[in-house]
Amino acid sequence: MVVTTREKTLRAATTAPPPKKKRRSAAHRNDAPIAWLLIAPALAGFAVFFAYPTLRGLYLSFTEFHVLTEPRWIGLGNFRELFGDATFWHSLLVTIYFVTLSVVLGILVSLVTAVILHRLAVSATVRGLMILPFLISGVVTALVWSWMLDPQLGIVNVLITKLTGEPVLFFGSGGWAVPTLAGLNVWKSMGYNAVLIFAGLQTIPATIYEAGRIDGASELQMFRRLTVPLLRPILVMVVVLTVISSFQIFDIVQVTTKGGPADASKVLQMYIYDKAFGQFDFGYAATMSLALFVLLAAVTFAQLRMARADESDTN
Amino acid sequence: MRRRLSPGRVVAWAYLVIVLVVTIFPFYWIVRTALSNNYAMATDPSSLVPVDFTVGAFKRALGLASPAEAAAQGGSAASIDLLSALRNSIVYAVLLTICTVFFSALAAFAFARLRWKGRNAVFAVLLTALMVPQVLTLLPNFVLIKDLGLLNSFGGMILPTAFFSAFNIFFLRQFMLGLSNEIEEAAIIDGAGPLRVCFRIVLPMSAAPIATLALLTFINTWNDYLWPLLVTNDDTVRPLTLALAVFKQSSPQAALDWAGLMAATLVAALPMLLLFVAFGRRLVNSIGFTGLK
Repeated sequence: MVVTTREKTLRAATTAPPPKKKRRSAAHRNDAPIAWLLIAPALAGFAVFFAYPTLRGLYLSFTEFHVLTEPRWIGLGNFRELFGDATFWHSLLVTIYFVTLSVVLGILVSLVTAVILHRLAVSATVRGLMILPFLISGVVTALVWSWMLDPQLGIVNVLITKLTGEPVLFFGSGGWAVPTLAGLNVWKSMGYNAVLIFAGLQTIPATIYEAGRIDGASELQMFRRLTVPLLRPILVMVVVLTVISSFQIFDIVQVTTKGGPADASKVLQMYIYDKAFGQFDFGYAATMSLALFVLLAAVTFAQLRMARADESDTN
Repeated sequence: MRRRLSPGRVVAWAYLVIVLVVTIFPFYWIVRTALSNNYAMATDPSSLVPVDFTVGAFKRALGLASPAEAAAQGGSAASIDLLSALRNSIVYAVLLTICTVFFSALAAFAFARLRWKGRNAVFAVLLTALMVPQVLTLLPNFVLIKDLGLLNSFGGMILPTAFFSAFNIFFLRQFMLGLSNEIEEAAIIDGAGPLRVCFRIVLPMSAAPIATLALLTFINTWNDYLWPLLVTNDDTVRPLTLALAVFKQSSPQAALDWAGLMAATLVAALPMLLLFVAFGRRLVNSIGFTGLK
């Protein structure tokens, strides 16, 4: 009821000439007031919880700010601290290591899986099962794998102990922590990426493969010479998405290793969280967030540029 | 139509089976552990079926087991208030999904079906949000929610994303742009105003993509961890993801009640698994769509 009365007044107010005579979509000419009304919530949300925080984040990165007191402007102080902060550079390296493992392993496995799903014409149910890990939270992923990889009772380590006589400390040793976390990350996103790539494969016409087969190309040759170049746009997208999400990895790290042992798996987002909510050093945490953002933007931009350069090559 | 069984095909099938097992096995292992007796499990950790079958772990997770009963099955003193966490997750995910999808649909309609000055410019400005990752807005948004006095409330949890989602607006606008004009124009000729066109024609015609978006938003919110971690601090609003992590971190590593934890994990993952059974096909297709935009 409320809506209809409001609607009527609005219509009366906005459509000055009665729309009956106008038989064109130009009847929409006076839509502006209603359009602004409809986008008002989204605009407000954008301004208050996106634009304003972004600007405030920039401002905070030039201040010393401990939440309870007002921010104090210290110019480039935080940035100077950043350059001399060994832990920051260490966690940057850890993050890059994690991202590299996640991307290389993740893309390789999901690409091969997608191609096999496609070539063997496996049913849609199997594709559906593949996305199961994508549906559950990072926390559930972290919990079930820390149980399966538990040094004493975890099924994986029970098997490893039977074979080698010694369990592997997947989360507890400096060497294994990051690869294990990358493995979890790949496990969670692999099916999703495979389905994405699969959708791309379906757009490649079958005649191309028939032509390839007539020319005597083997499956492997067709994969390298036909599938990969034709899939390039979608592969680039999957890589970019994986890079962006892996750079910001947090939940599986926080639930399993908390950055340990001895900072071995302290990814950037973990360090930012520690600084902000462990030491309440919000100004410095904002500076690191900004650094992470600039890094992400640069990497994404470089990837897209490289992808475009290659594209003109193959077409 | 029988295909030859070449060595390549055998290798391909073997690879696929391995990938499937690695993908599915952890889910089975959650069920197997949740139905085991936590004490007895230590004696036979590699058993593929539940050890000393019992539903005690679920009772513990739901707070239905007496302390003596819990202790007899190796439950720990740390408890997890699963039912209130479950309620919190439902409130959080349902509220946020309704708000963000509704407001995105309104905005998408204005951007796709109405003609007004500045439309493209405003749309371009809103789209910049797609390019800025969460890292940059996370801390300032926390400070904002704290200044508004909304810490540890559902309002604080949903407010930052309730009104505006660049992806949702973009996704729905793309769909609405593709709708034909005819029905809409017929309605306009019959005297319908833009709001009536929106609610009676365009939104119903967009039911399928709206449902897909609602599904994706619900899944993302249900699984969200970092934002609730920042803005909540006790059981009154804490969602399942957090309750699980807190339970794990507050128990001693050596004497962890894995059966109870896996039972709780199963409860947390169950709504997602049900959604998967009900809408699996739609989900797979929506992934394909987001990829091909």
